[in-house]
Amino acid sequence: MKTNNVGPRATVYKVISVIILVILAVLFVFPLYWIVTGAFKPGADIYAQKPVWWPSEWVMTNFNELLAKRSAPLWELKVPFSQWFTEKHEPLVFSAGPSVPAAFRWLINAVFMAAVAMGLTCITAAMAGYALAKKRFRGRAILFGLIICAMALPKQVILIPLLKEMNFLMFTDTLWAVIFPTVGWPFGVFLMKQFSESIPGEILEAARVDGSSEVRTFGTIVLPMVKPGIGALAIFTFINCWNDYFMQLIMLTSGANFTMPLGVATLQAETSVNMGLLMAGAALAALPIIIVFLIFQKYFTQGITMGAVKG
Amino acid sequence: MAKNKQTMSRALQRREDIAGYLFMLPSLIFFLGFVVIPMFVCIGYSLTDATMHQQAATQFVGFSNFAKLFQDKVFLEALRNTFVIVIVSVPTVCAFSLWVSSVIYKLSGPVLSAFRCIFYLPVVTGSVAVTVVWKWMFDNYTGIINTALKGAGLIEKNINFLGDSKWALWCIILILFTTSVGQPIVLYVSALGNVDQGLVEAAKVDGATDLQVFWKIKWAQMMPTTLYILVITTINSFQCFALIQLLTQGGSGTQTVMYYIYYTAFKLTQQAGHFGYANAMGVVLAIFIGILSALQFRLAKEK
Repeated sequence: MKTNNVGPRATVYKVISVIILVILAVLFVFPLYWIVTGAFKPGADIYAQKPVWWPSEWVMTNFNELLAKRSAPLWELKVPFSQWFTEKHEPLVFSAGPSVPAAFRWLINAVFMAAVAMGLTCITAAMAGYALAKKRFRGRAILFGLIICAMALPKQVILIPLLKEMNFLMFTDTLWAVIFPTVGWPFGVFLMKQFSESIPGEILEAARVDGSSEVRTFGTIVLPMVKPGIGALAIFTFINCWNDYFMQLIMLTSGANFTMPLGVATLQAETSVNMGLLMAGAALAALPIIIVFLIFQKYFTQGITMGAVKG
Repeated sequence: MAKNKQTMSRALQRREDIAGYLFMLPSLIFFLGFVVIPMFVCIGYSLTDATMHQQAATQFVGFSNFAKLFQDKVFLEALRNTFVIVIVSVPTVCAFSLWVSSVIYKLSGPVLSAFRCIFYLPVVTGSVAVTVVWKWMFDNYTGIINTALKGAGLIEKNINFLGDSKWALWCIILILFTTSVGQPIVLYVSALGNVDQGLVEAAKVDGATDLQVFWKIKWAQMMPTTLYILVITTINSFQCFALIQLLTQGGSGTQTVMYYIYYTAFKLTQQAGHFGYANAMGVVLAIFIGILSALQFRLAKEK
């Protein structure tokens, strides 16, 4: 195979392409590099007329300033739907912990939001995907059609009705308002259906004949077989939810309930000149998610591909 | 006997129905509650003059919101810009990611995954962090791009990239580009790896050039992937919002439909929160995306 095209022209082409590629790769990494170094640069480096490629001194002042910005209680949780069961018709709010810098709270919020959305999505999508792939229930084709259509719809189109609905359910300005629409987004169901298609029908049939209940079949046979799919979906949902700036912007209104990306965006509007501070915020918004991505990279690649190949 | 068999299958069908819907239920609650119902409510709202504040006075106004839309200069500008973004970014993203993938897919494992990761980084970094750093890089005074261009002797005076309507939209397209190519590259790399090697070998034995092999065999086999990439990139480009909101707020000739919806619903002071009007825009946007997706499907099917 290799002997076929190792003419001088092919080699030259290959070498040039790789060189271009390396240059491009450097350009793609550069913004991230600029965030991280910027976050640790002293003010003099940031406003220097000549760009300072490497911090003359690594300082924490930007982070200190970021943490000094505002404060919020460490943890607060509004119990969904609780307003329908309390006497005053107001939702139950649990609040705990000492007052901490708001940036801490933003991190906690973002992690909580992304993790809950991830958990709920994985459970519901795994169940629904299995049903769509393997259960011959009536109305299946219509449901699947609806799911495909909704996938092509930009979430932002439905934002106003969604906002009104959240108002009605008293979810506005809580993380639930971002979590629930994320869980409802049908990509997960679609992905899990693709994965579930590969489960051999004979195994399910054998389990049924053996008298295994539907729930047991799902738990002991289906789930282990679609595990890679769930892994992919989990990481995908986590990243998407974390980075879904639009929903966060619309739904979260008070400083204590912000997430890291939204907090950084707000700081940006307030102090658009203090680049060091912004880079510190951007680093805190980006690094956790990059680390998650690098760890689970394998699953992720698999998941993206799976959604498309059989689509 | 025949009757017996039929009741059996009916019982079985019912069993499947019940099991199917029970498994679907948790997902359906979220899907119907937070996607499908708002979708229909959105269409309903677009036919009224609903605003954020006076819900009581909401009136049915038929299609007048839509008629007004196409006389609204800002909306038409937004529509034009949105299409510029889509028309420029979709083919470039597609071609670029195809080229990158065709170079990297034969490289050894770790190198391949390093490249794949690097091109995916801007997606993972998140729109806010990416936008904030680009804003600094494009900055009029301390931006590194101005400094670099000046250093290279390409420009004499600093360019106010984001404040100048000659440049702003292109800056946004560039940033959008860096955050869009990650997923297509992952997809193309795996599609190229799945191309039937037997066919490639056979063609080469028959004396086909590399270029012919590429277009006639690989490109043809990757059509479903390309279609998928076209659709997701189109939707992505239509949705480009954070970039506009954080960089220019629709100024310097970068108004887009997505941003204008947000602006009309939440920012416009004169008719604060004109929900009906904003919803009409949402419906128009959804229709455009639907038409484009359908067109792309049709085109790909023909090939």
